[in-house]
Amino acid sequence: MADTKAAEMKVKVVKEPSLMTGAVPTRDWWDVEAIFKPGNYCYPAKKSIAEYHGKNLPGLFGEPRDWEIESDDWQLPENWKEIIINGIKERLDKFRSLKIFMDCCVRCGACADKCHFFLGTGDPKNMPVLRAELFRSVYRNDFTTAGRILGEIAGARPMTFKVLKEWFMYFYQCTECRRCSVFCPYGIDTAEVTMMGRELLHLVGVNTNWILEPAANSNRTGNHLGLQPHTFKENAEFLIDDIEDATGVRLQNLNFNRKGAEVLFIIPSADVFADPGIFTFMGYIMLFEHIGLDYTISTYASEGGNFGLFTHNSLMKKLNAKMYAEAKRLGVKWILGGECGHMWRVIHQYMNTMNGPADFLEMPKSPITGTVFDNAAATKMVHISEFTADLIHHGKLKIDKSRNDNQIVTFHDSCNTARGMGLMEEPRYILNSVCNNFHEMPENTIRDKTFCCGSGTGLNTGEIMDLRMRAGLPRANAVKYVAERHGVNMLSCVCAIDRATLLALNQYWNPEVQVCGVSELVGNALIMEGEKERETDLRGEPLPGMEG
Amino acid sequence: MATVEHKGKTFNVDEDGFLTKGMEEWSEEWVDYVKSIEGIEELTDEHRKIIDILQDYFKKNGIAPMVRILSKTTGFPLKRIYELFPSGPGKGACKMAGLPKPTGCV
Repeated sequence: MADTKAAEMKVKVVKEPSLMTGAVPTRDWWDVEAIFKPGNYCYPAKKSIAEYHGKNLPGLFGEPRDWEIESDDWQLPENWKEIIINGIKERLDKFRSLKIFMDCCVRCGACADKCHFFLGTGDPKNMPVLRAELFRSVYRNDFTTAGRILGEIAGARPMTFKVLKEWFMYFYQCTECRRCSVFCPYGIDTAEVTMMGRELLHLVGVNTNWILEPAANSNRTGNHLGLQPHTFKENAEFLIDDIEDATGVRLQNLNFNRKGAEVLFIIPSADVFADPGIFTFMGYIMLFEHIGLDYTISTYASEGGNFGLFTHNSLMKKLNAKMYAEAKRLGVKWILGGECGHMWRVIHQYMNTMNGPADFLEMPKSPITGTVFDNAAATKMVHISEFTADLIHHGKLKIDKSRNDNQIVTFHDSCNTARGMGLMEEPRYILNSVCNNFHEMPENTIRDKTFCCGSGTGLNTGEIMDLRMRAGLPRANAVKYVAERHGVNMLSCVCAIDRATLLALNQYWNPEVQVCGVSELVGNALIMEGEKERETDLRGEPLPGMEG
Repeated sequence: MATVEHKGKTFNVDEDGFLTKGMEEWSEEWVDYVKSIEGIEELTDEHRKIIDILQDYFKKNGIAPMVRILSKTTGFPLKRIYELFPSGPGKGACKMAGLPKPTGCV
């Protein structure tokens, strides 16, 4: 399907209530079938990729096969319904949260218009309450007395292929961003409902390639891209040349897999591969050189991100385990993490119980300022923004803010760092310290109420670009507001998925606005020892006053 | 699994039109096919240079090079690469060279 032009989509979003029906619903929601057509679904996993996961975690990823989503035969195992129902039972027993989320929703609808997917598609099944109801209705049918006896009257319905199709469509039109949860009077974490839904779909081999292939790469090479150790190292070192071009300084301290370093630094792997993440990476290593940090980067734990989070908790646990394993092997004191979004949700909410306790690590303490990060007592992992903000607060960085004067900056809170770990002040403190022009987007679109980029949880793939541009519209709209009001031309963020997806989103909705990581702006502003007169920023663009 | 026929040869391709088996199935006929769908009028030495470098790099690294490395190794600025391959280094050049497209946070 050809992607819709921006001007046309703007009208469609307002005038066409539902992406699925193109009209105001006239039937009960469960009578409306999910129809897959090119552009509204992610491609299924390649057979070889499904086989790979099946070998590593038997039973969790269904039967590997070639199958087509638009077909009415998904080649499911004969007992697929039984697998799903047993899967629900197992999860209800294991996760008390799921049972509570199934039971306690009163369908008040406070979440309904808080979802970026609902706002962008107008599809009622993207109201978080209704998306969860797709699951809840099956739960009622098989696990509640009222549902067993009263059936439809009690909002219960049996698991059918029609329901399965709905699950696949709408659990992959949710980015697990949890904005709805902020507004839920019961605090229902709809993201966890989606996570359970996706786990159940995986059990019967219903999956997407864009998630399972990076997860397979990460299991094999340590990172989503599949960068082998020599390539990972070469890419990182290549960026030293670019830093030298911009600053005249050749960094000496970048190193890999060094035993006895004080700090292990873990990044999202896209930061040593794709624009504009590579500029963020330059910022990190310039900062470390500037303060003389005793750090190392691992080519084994070469990814902070964890696409396992988007599949099954066992895979998430397995992929995440490499961080502690490598920290132990290298004998570091604590771990510093880069600008990645969902990495921090996994760390902050699951890592300690899942992979911990990390009793071989020490309480993180900045060797430069002496600050003890006791907020990281459980995981021993500190976010680069926390670390940098502390350095600035103690006056340890030499900064020339004016070098970022060509940038009029706003900040996109990544869903997972804002709502998943409460990181909200630190990036703003940094931005205000390294830039002269910083403007916030409207209050309801930032901090814990931040709007998702529209493509998280492994939905950042090209075949659903049309959906992504819709889901990202609320975010893009807020960017447009500050672009028009304050002339904002740079959208900063602390997430690698954001750096990739906001770039595409802005190219579509706000072509004048670029995207960067916060650490890139730090790198631009740092006065490095022995530097030449700086004429360009890290992208090679002229600094203010150097345009001629 | 979709297939493409061109000049008497059959190729297995994925949903995005990349060779399923990568360089294993790569041939001159494939190059000619991608040239036709990419709207490239004439295949020059510059195109050839990019394809050769991509394939060499892939053999050593199992992944396409970062765009800046491609630019530096070929000596072509990014703008020139886009002139040669209108859909870009990933969708155009990598497809022609028989490389898979990168996945993850990209």
